[in-house]
Amino acid sequence: MAGIPSRHRSLVLLAGVILLQVVLLAVQIKRDSQGRLLRVWTVSAVSPFERAGAKGIGNIRGTWSHYFALQNTSRDNEQLRRENDELKLQVNQLQSKAAEADRLAALLNFRQAQRNVPMLAARVIGTSADTASQTIYLDRGERDGIRRNMGVITPDGVVGKVIESYRDTAQVLLLTDKDSGVGAMLSDSRIQSPVGGTGEPLLSMKYIPTDDTVNLGEQVVTSGMDRIFPRDLPVGVVAEIKTGRPFQQVRVRPAAHLQRLEEVIVLLTLHQLEQKKEPPAPPAEAAGKSVGGTAAVTP
Amino acid sequence: MMNNAFDLRMAEMHIEVHKFRSGAIVGATFLALILQAFVPVYFPKFAVLDLPLLVTTYFGLSRRNPSTGSLLGMVTGLLQDSLSALPLGLYGIAKTIVGYLASSIGARLDTEHPAARFALTMFFFVLHQGVITLTRRLLLAEPEAWFTLRLGIAAAVNAVVAVFVFMLLDRLRKS
Repeated sequence: MAGIPSRHRSLVLLAGVILLQVVLLAVQIKRDSQGRLLRVWTVSAVSPFERAGAKGIGNIRGTWSHYFALQNTSRDNEQLRRENDELKLQVNQLQSKAAEADRLAALLNFRQAQRNVPMLAARVIGTSADTASQTIYLDRGERDGIRRNMGVITPDGVVGKVIESYRDTAQVLLLTDKDSGVGAMLSDSRIQSPVGGTGEPLLSMKYIPTDDTVNLGEQVVTSGMDRIFPRDLPVGVVAEIKTGRPFQQVRVRPAAHLQRLEEVIVLLTLHQLEQKKEPPAPPAEAAGKSVGGTAAVTP
Repeated sequence: MMNNAFDLRMAEMHIEVHKFRSGAIVGATFLALILQAFVPVYFPKFAVLDLPLLVTTYFGLSRRNPSTGSLLGMVTGLLQDSLSALPLGLYGIAKTIVGYLASSIGARLDTEHPAARFALTMFFFVLHQGVITLTRRLLLAEPEAWFTLRLGIAAAVNAVVAVFVFMLLDRLRKS
């Protein structure tokens, strides 16, 4: 930079750093590398704050919404209301705990239904810091046995897969991301087609021939062909159908609440998941099994 | 372009270059990244904001040094990339350009008025997304829409929030 006139230095620096990053992008694409070192540093720096925040926010949120929000009471019946508030606080805390217990029970039920598949419950502590990709961070990582390409689900349905695992944290690519995909099929007709993300709330089921019949509201479940997820996990329901050639444009609303994930289950296996065989249920009963998400995994 | 920027800066020495308390830039940038990664877990709508972009824009406009603006943009963008599933450099390039241009514009214009801040943030948000789209199309061969309604809404929301965030960041200046 010494020989460059001072008035041009910033422009040369700009060109230099842009060129450097273009080369960095090219290297990553060419070598299919992820720039892991910088990611490890950044995640290690950020995740402790996210972890602490995730632990504390539940308590703060509960206290704020269930206690402080009730402070604007009339002075006339302050004493009475104070007692009432305390009781409300207790009730709300119990309700909050009950809701959490319900969620955990759902996780437990799901887990018991899938005894042959090793699983791990994890808490969501962060998201990607950009709008172009859809990822979340979990409070579990390599130390807990999480590896890349492991499936992530909730009792409601498929969430995504692990794309990076760090010591105490794992990054999960959500099903809604443009680069995401899962082997799936229509639950009634058993027509198979991958389902992929579009970067928007709805997913896209890509290869349903125009001649095949698809119904609005029809369940989409995993096919097991991707060797990440077991068969018949709920992926979503058909929300939109548009004609097209040679394939229909089928949009699927995810079964899992991907916009509001607080706890998930990681499938701790990279081997093809085998499902226990059970006697086939009558169709009406089978459709009802998705309630609660726990029994929907049985093929 | 740089000649003009330099000459104008020399001609408009009355535009103040702001200094900040030690650690303010690093702290604000880091906090913006943490909030950007953490808050959407509980408030999904928060993801429409790009706090690291607002911080880059603010310090670019205030410091008025294109070199430090570019470097701050690069570092912030790369950190943001490293928390995403995207290749490193995508947000880095976009924020480098925003940092440089914000510093250059800050050297020419008085950017203290809320209306100016609103307009500039909106412009930089659209430019930032434009550079990302261009990079994805050219270097990653990923088809991306140039403009969507969501982008327009996001630009307006970010511009409104920027007016208030910039007021908060003004408090970090050395008096």
